[in-house]
Amino acid sequence: MSANLTSQPGVRLEVRSLCKSYAGQAALKGIDLDIDAGEIFVIMGPSGSGKSVLLKHMIGLEKPDSGDIFIEGKSILNGEDVANRFRLAMVFQSGALFNSLTVGENVSLYLTEHRLKPPGEIPRIVAEKLATVGLQGVENKYPSELSGGMKKRVAIARALVADPQLILYDEPTSELDPMIAITIAEEILRLNHRTGVTSVVVTHDRELGFGIAHRIGMIGDGRILATGTPAQIKASTDPLIQKFLKAEYHSNQNSNSHLERQTV
Amino acid sequence: MFQNVGEMLMLLWRTMRSLPLVWRQRQKVCEQLFEIGNASLLMACILSVFIGGVLALQSGPVIVERGLGSLLGGIVGLSMARELAPVMMSILIAGRIGSAMAAEIGSMRVYQEIDALRTMNINPIHHLVLPRMVAICIALPMLVVFAILIGWTGGALVCTYNQSIAVSFQSYFGNLHDTVELKDVLNGVIKSFVFAICIGTVSCHQGLQTIGGPRGIGRSVTKAVVNSIVLILILDYFLTRVLMFL
Repeated sequence: MSANLTSQPGVRLEVRSLCKSYAGQAALKGIDLDIDAGEIFVIMGPSGSGKSVLLKHMIGLEKPDSGDIFIEGKSILNGEDVANRFRLAMVFQSGALFNSLTVGENVSLYLTEHRLKPPGEIPRIVAEKLATVGLQGVENKYPSELSGGMKKRVAIARALVADPQLILYDEPTSELDPMIAITIAEEILRLNHRTGVTSVVVTHDRELGFGIAHRIGMIGDGRILATGTPAQIKASTDPLIQKFLKAEYHSNQNSNSHLERQTV
Repeated sequence: MFQNVGEMLMLLWRTMRSLPLVWRQRQKVCEQLFEIGNASLLMACILSVFIGGVLALQSGPVIVERGLGSLLGGIVGLSMARELAPVMMSILIAGRIGSAMAAEIGSMRVYQEIDALRTMNINPIHHLVLPRMVAICIALPMLVVFAILIGWTGGALVCTYNQSIAVSFQSYFGNLHDTVELKDVLNGVIKSFVFAICIGTVSCHQGLQTIGGPRGIGRSVTKAVVNSIVLILILDYFLTRVLMFL
């Protein structure tokens, strides 16, 4: 790792005119966003609206057709070595834990590969990061032995080990029961308060989004529909946003079908 | 096809450029060496003893009939050292290890583990490809030397105990000693080294290119094995031509 890592707790992120197409189908159509340092910014929208694609661009996993992304004013596309200058981490929707490694090896991988800590110190750091997300004594288990919620928490612990300045969460509460989802939401909030890390959370879980966000960016059909505080988003008159916010199941007693779904 | 060849050459070039980092990956190299070398020993042993045996069985009676039984050691020895051991071991390793490499890297790609590595600023080539390439390039030539020795022994057993051949151990190994030179064994070792690079590159490339779910992984494994074997056989011809001049 480069020695010129910045030490500030959170970083500012700017997305400028970001466009991306797959096989002629536009996924992102000119996204512009400003995310302040230390902010929890939630990107919310229906499935297939381009949320995860946007997130992958933010960490450099995808290259845009046009547009750029800047971290503290440094372009992540123009060879300004953002990956070495800033500490970035991502929590994947699936967790993306290394199935052939134990939990301890998963969490310590960043430290061992970059030789950031003496080998004797690593088990203590791993235990500390796992304790941060409420896990203890799981270092020797394999990911296949963990529940969905535990996997997500291990993925967060793995992200934390880098002491990141920017954490990207891709659908952190998907496939989790409401109680575990609340635990994950509390973890995201606690980390933000404690470390000042900039957090970008992609979700279609409205309760999570409105519960943790400092600001929300509503995305639909590859475009940003609105950005603002949760109260501002709730007050938006945009029909697509209102449709997303009000979509819910209605029981229809008069029909043979049990549920009628009001889709987004 | 040409795009694939270009990508494989790029992968090979990037792996070679990362060779100075191999000491940092020594633990993974050792794990792979165990997997490729030690775990393949029994299979290599069985394969070689029977290849040597069948070679003696096919050529022995015809040669003995013409009164040239004393040359049998040299024929089996040269065939094993220069051709059969490197090619057959490479095909075995392409099937056994190439498929495992493609499947492991392919499933890591499908289940976003490679993306996770990249978000941690860990280069997948240094972490996944380099240890496998180094290990296969060390293990395969060693396996080939082992296979040559076992193949010679297999040939000797058949020559001695088959009634229609009946060439003694001493006569077989005497002729083998007179005919086979160190450069013939080196010939096989050089071939197997090139084949190892070929298997490693093709298999890791297929793994890294995997898309889709389990079906995609299966497709990558098949392509890795088939492409490796085809490349081994094509390269074998050209390598034989080149090595004839050495």
